Amino acid sequence: MIGSLDARVPPGSLDNKWTDHKFSMRLVNPNNKRRFDIIVVGSGLAGASAAASLGELGYRVKVLTYHDSPRRAHSIAAQGGINAAKNYQNDGDSVFRLFYDTIKGGDYRSREANVYRLAEVSADIIDQATAQGVPFAREYGGLLDNRSFGGAQVSRTFYARGQTGQQLLLGAYSALMRQVAVGAVELHTRSEMLELVMHDGRAVGVVTRDLISGEVQAHAAHAVVLATGGYGNVYFLSTNAKMCNVTAAWRAHRKGALFANPCYTQIHPTCIPASDDFQSKLTLMSESLRNDGRIWVPQMHDDVRGPHEIPDAERDYFLERKYPAFGNLVPRDVASRNAKTVVDQGRGVGPLRNGVYLDFTDAIRRDGEQVIRGKYGNLFDMYERITGENPYRVPMRIYPATHYTMGGLWVDYELMSNVSGLFVLGEANFSDHGANRLGASALMQGLADGYFVLPYTIGNYLADYLGESVLSLSEPVFQAAKHQVVDDAQRWLSIKGTCSVDHYHRELGKLVWNCIGMSRSRSGLEKALVEIPALEEEYRSNVRVLGSADTLNQSLEKAGRVADLFELAELMARDALAREESCGGHFREEHQTEEGEARRDDANFAHVAAWEWNGEDTPQTRHQEELEFENVELVQRSYK
Amino acid sequence: MSRTCNFTLDVWRQAGPTAEGKLVAYEVNDISTDASFLEMLDVLNERLIESGEEPIVFESDCREGICGTCGLMINGQAHGPQKGTATCQLHMRSFNDGDHIVVEPWRATSFPVLRDLAVDRSALDAIVAAGGYITVNTGAAPDANLIPIPKTTADTAFDAAACIGCGACVAACPNSAAQLFAAAKLQHLNLLPQGQAERWSRTEAMVETMEAFFGSCTNHGECEEACPKEISVDFIAWANRDFIKAKVKNRKLAG
Amino acid sequence: MVQPLARVSTPPPVRSMMNSRLPWPLSIYQTAVGKKWVMGLTGLALLGFVVVHMIGNLHLYEGPRQVHEYAETLRNLGTDVIPRTWALWCLRIGLIAAFGLHIHSAYSLTRMSMNADQRYVGGRNYIVANFASRTMRWTGPIIGLYLFYHLADLTWGWFNPDFVRGDPYHNVVESLSSLPVAIIYIVANVALAVHIFHGTWSMFQSLGINSPRYNHLRRYLAGGLAGIILVGNLSFPIFVQAGVIDDDGRSFLEELFHGESVSGGEHQ
Repeated sequence: MIGSLDARVPPGSLDNKWTDHKFSMRLVNPNNKRRFDIIVVGSGLAGASAAASLGELGYRVKVLTYHDSPRRAHSIAAQGGINAAKNYQNDGDSVFRLFYDTIKGGDYRSREANVYRLAEVSADIIDQATAQGVPFAREYGGLLDNRSFGGAQVSRTFYARGQTGQQLLLGAYSALMRQVAVGAVELHTRSEMLELVMHDGRAVGVVTRDLISGEVQAHAAHAVVLATGGYGNVYFLSTNAKMCNVTAAWRAHRKGALFANPCYTQIHPTCIPASDDFQSKLTLMSESLRNDGRIWVPQMHDDVRGPHEIPDAERDYFLERKYPAFGNLVPRDVASRNAKTVVDQGRGVGPLRNGVYLDFTDAIRRDGEQVIRGKYGNLFDMYERITGENPYRVPMRIYPATHYTMGGLWVDYELMSNVSGLFVLGEANFSDHGANRLGASALMQGLADGYFVLPYTIGNYLADYLGESVLSLSEPVFQAAKHQVVDDAQRWLSIKGTCSVDHYHRELGKLVWNCIGMSRSRSGLEKALVEIPALEEEYRSNVRVLGSADTLNQSLEKAGRVADLFELAELMARDALAREESCGGHFREEHQTEEGEARRDDANFAHVAAWEWNGEDTPQTRHQEELEFENVELVQRSYK
Repeated sequence: MSRTCNFTLDVWRQAGPTAEGKLVAYEVNDISTDASFLEMLDVLNERLIESGEEPIVFESDCREGICGTCGLMINGQAHGPQKGTATCQLHMRSFNDGDHIVVEPWRATSFPVLRDLAVDRSALDAIVAAGGYITVNTGAAPDANLIPIPKTTADTAFDAAACIGCGACVAACPNSAAQLFAAAKLQHLNLLPQGQAERWSRTEAMVETMEAFFGSCTNHGECEEACPKEISVDFIAWANRDFIKAKVKNRKLAG
Repeated sequence: MVQPLARVSTPPPVRSMMNSRLPWPLSIYQTAVGKKWVMGLTGLALLGFVVVHMIGNLHLYEGPRQVHEYAETLRNLGTDVIPRTWALWCLRIGLIAAFGLHIHSAYSLTRMSMNADQRYVGGRNYIVANFASRTMRWTGPIIGLYLFYHLADLTWGWFNPDFVRGDPYHNVVESLSSLPVAIIYIVANVALAVHIFHGTWSMFQSLGINSPRYNHLRRYLAGGLAGIILVGNLSFPIFVQAGVIDDDGRSFLEELFHGESVSGGEHQ
């Protein structure tokens, strides 16, 4: 069905591709734009920025979000910052350096042209956001402040206290609401997209369920844009918001959109460990804590002494020991994996032995408590609020947790999936981060896609359909999709089993975490491929969803989302199994150096794996998009 | 450190927007003090499902105090007893074993109850749509460092911009006024140089939209106490001043 | 100027957006923030009156002649330019207008808030809303009723059989020496002080007078003003009841400084 995957990367030198392509793309003239309907699903950074920009251009836009307000989207929780190649600090940053760092950080598994474009438009994002009133941190002279983030050697990260995501999202949200007010954008809140509607091989609309009334509605458009975020909640415990899910992307996948690199998930090393079985989510603490905190565990296994009773000689500062050059500042995946290793050895700390210490004693002794409070006061407060422990006195306990998913729907250079008319933005697509994402790049990518890429590329697609009206909602494809949604709901309600949706979600999460978590092995993945379908079968026959479909029914909402996570989990295992190498967030135990570091296989795996849905009973087919590196040299990462 | 406690909850149950609601008592036992308030409700819901009763509908998303989705009236206090904390970050260690806890939804005429503890807060979005933005089309922005902004100004604007839109200020206000929300939104933009061009039209439009949905501020100060971001009522005073100025200036501009 | 309700699907507004806009500056008064502003300004005027009234009443301690002279001074205000009592009437009209606006804005804002508000079945736990702020809607009407009584009693003489027009000292002492009347005055002035305590603080917010550096002083100012007015105004009924101020033709100050004992004053 699918031939070779053509990313439609424009010709020319790297730094001219986007400029030239912008010129060569077809335009839709302003009067004609109002004849095109575009559906944007999701209202996070990517969705809101895209919808606002498209509305400004004159398109008729419909935004669908399952939140009660567009401003709730999970982009809001990003803390650290947003990268941009502004070089305001005169420290040698440039578009090429940001591009290079992103490619390298992604362990050479991303598409050069996309990443370069991302770096190119990054500066415009800062201008746009500042003009919208995003209150970035400033220096005393009134100019924007930057910091170095996630081990970057230049200070290119713009930030707004610990809530950069919230401030950027509020900027995009305000732009979106302006378009809503003038009638350019029609906003549907509490509307969950449950089906993608296809006609003649093109995406022509979606079907949604109103989460309050349960009403199932069809929406037709010339193009559908998915900006629906990542799938980290497949682990149940993650730093993602409770409602994050893969459903919109997955339903598109089931309609033919390729799902790329699902095994690339990012683990964030500094999260607060789970405290009990009821734990509903994990809270991330900014990575900046590693600048001053020292990570250690007791040398002895099952050491029950409190942290202060363990003398220095009996502590293992394992990152400083193994990586003298980078110490506690090694990249996220390295720090995470090492924490897992020591915890698995039985040297974990805390009541559940599931964390490692992040100790500020030395920093407080060196700089004084005041200085540390100034730098991290709000984080320390947050930690104390959650754990009830005072990190100025007792070392923090941290453990890695899933944070971001680099995989997603496959898109070409123009951010269109292999399905015509289906565009995918932000975390929902696979495009820019390769096998691992740099710190402070998620916000950048979401906004780059929404503000500066899609508004150009969607015109190039739409130009072909000028004069064509949207498909009538009475067409059989819409009716069939609506029936599908109604039937699905009834099916969940009629199972009347014994265990809740959350119960199965939690079980799935444990399985995925253990088998497709921070480190993966052939045997674990094969086990996952047996156990996930078995658990899924039990889920589909024994889940208990109470209530009815015509009211606000949160169990029913979750039921469908968890079903999609089950299918996704299986694909993750398959993808991880097929990728016989270690790269970025994907670590295969079979593929490591003697020192236990990741070993890439550029000869055989310098490609994107994109999976094609073959129906419920047949495993997906793996397609490959070869990655060509013309501008960077592939090197092995080393942090010794 | 961690103990388990028993609680008696009185939870507002209401089947739908037009249904009658009432407080229903639940015994919740063996809850760890490390559990958050919402995790305690999760546990209760699991037990309800097990016993065949429909779970309590309550809204939450990020569970780290930033998205503003959650919000419960706990013992007559918006977001519960801990200051500067959203419901999702409130932990059961703030309560004592055996406590009786009343849980209600936000209450205001413009926050109609959808079901149980979930309410409709879209009136807040209407206030933003009325003018809570700076008009700048994508791509039209000048270089970000073109306009220096004094750090103190930027910091004060940030204090206002920290609003998470949870609606606790309205819920806590004896008048159901949304003054703190609207003022925070307004002053975030009104304080910044970028926001000056639309300052007076924005102020008028947002305040008047707010007044269509919410009560009138009588300066109790409950909103500031309830606010999980501890936004100051000073912003309300500044917004009031801007509004009167706007009335004067807009009159001049209108000729 | 104001957009329609901005195409956000919301519950119906509790207050209709203004369809007909009155001409400026009346349009300000159509809005709630405008009404609060008017309430702050009129409150300030009324507060000024209360303070001056209380200070003027201190003449009671000087004796009937001084009170009479004070009353005459008020009537003669501005007589070099305008006829006698005109200035006083201007002040009175201003006060009546301020009072009317204060009441009307309070009434309509209360209605607006009651429309917007829904009660909590399980009750509320107020943190900073205090007795004063939460009883404004009670202390206000109490003061209103009291004002009516006060005028009827001492200006129109409806309730006082011994009323002598033009002899305020006599009338005050006559009225306040009745215990029930004194109690009415005491209760009403406590209400007034409570009202002023929150009103003063609130006025700064409503008028937008706010500077973080000085904000902490607002509480002291509110407490101080309310306290001074309370002490001053309560002293009259209490001292009349105690016989310190009496109608024996000698003022309290004369009795105090000329060493004459107050005959039987304690018992009356």
